[in-house]
Amino acid sequence: MLTLGLVHFLILSAALFVIGLFGVITQRNVIKVIMCLEIMLNAVNIALIAFSQYIVPTALTGQVFALFVMVVAAAEVAVGIAIIFSIYRNRESVDMENFNILKW
Amino acid sequence: MLELVFLLMAAVAVISALGVLMVRDIFRAALCLIVLFMTVAGVYVLLHADFIAVVQVLVYVGAISVLIIVAIMLTRDARQGQPLGNLKYIAGAVAFLLLAVIVYSIVTTAFTLSEGAPLDETVKPLGKLLFGDPGYLLTVQIAAVLLLSAILGAVAVIREK
Repeated sequence: MLTLGLVHFLILSAALFVIGLFGVITQRNVIKVIMCLEIMLNAVNIALIAFSQYIVPTALTGQVFALFVMVVAAAEVAVGIAIIFSIYRNRESVDMENFNILKW
Repeated sequence: MLELVFLLMAAVAVISALGVLMVRDIFRAALCLIVLFMTVAGVYVLLHADFIAVVQVLVYVGAISVLIIVAIMLTRDARQGQPLGNLKYIAGAVAFLLLAVIVYSIVTTAFTLSEGAPLDETVKPLGKLLFGDPGYLLTVQIAAVLLLSAILGAVAVIREK
């Protein structure tokens, strides 16, 4: 039986991060891309808190950083979904193919 | 016992993350995402981060999932998820390589682990750290300004002309 350690949490975090990255690259629905971004941010938070727990257990710096990551994630989702709505209003679509307005 | 709980949670987390990618119906993908958020909160509890676990449930399960589901409801024409793009195989290879590199570097790095016992409860020390004198008070205020400007920006972007 394995003993639970830093390595296991880091491997879980890496697996979730890679799954999220794959989704961000390949998904064509913009809302799914935002969902995959959230998976990546959660993976980073797991790594931060695991480092904080196993390396500086009483300093809590990693947990503070994770809290700020959550704040930024909330702001990012709010702005991202507002942008999706405003493009959906013009294009009637949430497909990545149609999100090329800024391309020249 | 803890190891068993961790393995169970890790399995549920990875399967539901894959579910977000694979499930065709985007509403069900959002439900998979909520399962993932709850499991991550459980992982935080395993890491003795009780306050972060509660914030995870409040912010992610409570707020962000609702925002995503509202977005799905308002863009109803496209609810049936489109197929994956052409990049699938290249992206899969790159992602797998990246995972291999990360896992290799995690396994081969000698971390200087601390033997100290974890804190029993983190709410009070976290509060002191966030709002105390040698702390992160300025960063907390900047975060508040960031949230306010994000809300104003979202309203400005979404307003009818």
